[in-house]
Amino acid sequence: MSPTRISKRFEQLREKGEPGLVAYITAGDPSLERTPDLVFALERGGADFIELGVPFSDPIADGPVIQRGSARALANGTNVAKVLDIARRVREKSQIPLLLFSYMNPLLRYGFERLAKDAVAAGIDGCLLTDLSVEEAEHHLGALRTAGLDTVFLAAPTSPPERLALVARYSTGFIYLVSRTGVTGEQDTVSDAVGPLVAATRKLTSLPLAVGFGIAKARDAAVVGAIAEAVVVGSAFVRLIENNAASPDLDAKLEALARELKQGAVSARKKT
Amino acid sequence: MITSQPDAHGHFGPYGGRYVPEVLMNPLEELEQAYIAARKDPTFQAELNDLLANYAGRPTPLYYAKRLSTNLDGAEIYIKREDLLHTGAHKINNCLGQVLLARRMGKKRIIAETGAGQHGVATATVCALFGLKCRVYMGEEDMRRQRLNVFRMRLLGAEVVGVGTGSKTLKDAISEAMRDWVTNVADTYYLLGSALGSHPYPLMVRDFHSCIGIEAREQILKATGRLPDSIFACVGGGSNAIGIFHAFIGDASVKLIGIEAGGRGPELGEHAARMTGSLPGVLQGAYSYLLQDADGQVALTHSISAGLDYAMIGPEHAWLADRGRAEYVNCSDAEALDAACVLSRTEGLIPALESSHAVAEAIKQAPGAKGQIFIVSLSGRGDKDIDIYRENLKDLDEPDTHK
Repeated sequence: MSPTRISKRFEQLREKGEPGLVAYITAGDPSLERTPDLVFALERGGADFIELGVPFSDPIADGPVIQRGSARALANGTNVAKVLDIARRVREKSQIPLLLFSYMNPLLRYGFERLAKDAVAAGIDGCLLTDLSVEEAEHHLGALRTAGLDTVFLAAPTSPPERLALVARYSTGFIYLVSRTGVTGEQDTVSDAVGPLVAATRKLTSLPLAVGFGIAKARDAAVVGAIAEAVVVGSAFVRLIENNAASPDLDAKLEALARELKQGAVSARKKT
Repeated sequence: MITSQPDAHGHFGPYGGRYVPEVLMNPLEELEQAYIAARKDPTFQAELNDLLANYAGRPTPLYYAKRLSTNLDGAEIYIKREDLLHTGAHKINNCLGQVLLARRMGKKRIIAETGAGQHGVATATVCALFGLKCRVYMGEEDMRRQRLNVFRMRLLGAEVVGVGTGSKTLKDAISEAMRDWVTNVADTYYLLGSALGSHPYPLMVRDFHSCIGIEAREQILKATGRLPDSIFACVGGGSNAIGIFHAFIGDASVKLIGIEAGGRGPELGEHAARMTGSLPGVLQGAYSYLLQDADGQVALTHSISAGLDYAMIGPEHAWLADRGRAEYVNCSDAEALDAACVLSRTEGLIPALESSHAVAEAIKQAPGAKGQIFIVSLSGRGDKDIDIYRENLKDLDEPDTHK
């Protein structure tokens, strides 16, 4: 498989000695029309990768903020096809790496073969499914990889070394490390579990590591940026969208938050 | 001979498996290992059997419903009396098994979901019995329809947490319980109440209820000298059904009939009849037949009985259906209510609304089945549903009624 925009961006970040910022937003929140502009705002603020959330009716891994974002997106009629439309509109102006972030069922219903072809054509670079374990992924991976999509899997503080090895074996592009046991949502501090999880995964793979779940502030981004290749932030962006949905300043506020987080992450490397 | 066992990764044919966030993968593995060890341990089995006999009230009788059979002038109908168990339904079988397992695993806190409240009451009961902290998640709509069970759980010392998201029913309660488990997995045991969710739950829940069918098989052979022709059981997730079916799976002559909730009608959203045209999908940890829309969003469901009001059928049932070993039909809200009245007045048994669906199908099939033997799983008694019966049978609820 030739390198995707994801691998290329990690390579550029490595050369610059800079941690990346992965920004999650739920596609279709606050509206399908607005989402491409929000992606551009995040990119201007310094986001390196965008996770486009495909909403699911029963998001078991998400806390209240992303649950509400998903409900708003579903009420706006968001589905896989419309998220791919958004990707096409982003691609008219930007080469920022795009990942589909979802649960199994909406993609299963769309069909993995069809999804793989349509997603690549729309400019999507990778795919991450919260409730798809590596064990169950086996016969879906072929379609995604053949089409040229990265398949990113999650590792967690509860994953013993043998599971970390499995996750590393099945992941391409990067590995998403879940900072703590729990659902998505902002926390006051970064979990103590992150350091050991990064260290344990590092022993098993040369893939870039991105750390997410609970990271909301520049200070937290700095803690993660010091030890991982990328910081993932989701709920903080979705909450900002929720609170400013009708505001003409939404794009500017999103851009400012992305800038603050990116600078936080970058500051950590400068010190060391 | 047809058998029904999951593969090493918990798949019943293509169904089941483990579709959960990575955080839960190792805890599920540990649970599976603990369960496999317990299953082989004679002291575990002895403790469980003692509780089932002396605390829960097993074996339950297999009762010949003579007046019902005579009135229908067809099949001889036998009723497996799970309604006589402590807490009023079969759910206690599974709760006793799982609470012993939780103790073995050193877990101090138990969480559960509940739909009709029967599993919540059974969980609260076993937690009181062993002095464990208990939190039960319940949809706010179900809390409204099953108020008595909410009170019972609280009386037993459990904390009942209302879930106000989605349809505010069982599905949403499971999602919230899973979020709690993901967060507190180190010290918390998730006591799942139906043959649903990720491996090993469908296997474990089925095993803990398999006593229903093992007893019924011995009892019917003793009573009639032969195997039954048909077995009827209601199917929400499908725990009482898989419990009574399992001992008969190898008996090719015995028809296994699961009854789903036909609700108010065939339109999506009006029923919970997964086996009439739905496609398989992934929900809350498992792959099985799932009521969903064209975008893969889980459909809303409806049933008069909270315990059948769920969008997915247990994975082992999906596999039995695909192989033609069991068949799945549905009964409407109205048919279930009628059947409850019939059973109450011919046998003096007021059934739970869930079980009324099984009774309804047996009543439908009995007249054309002279010489046949039916077993109906009466999975629970109707006390918890009295408010719903009152709402729907208003003419009986007048102070001066003489009906």
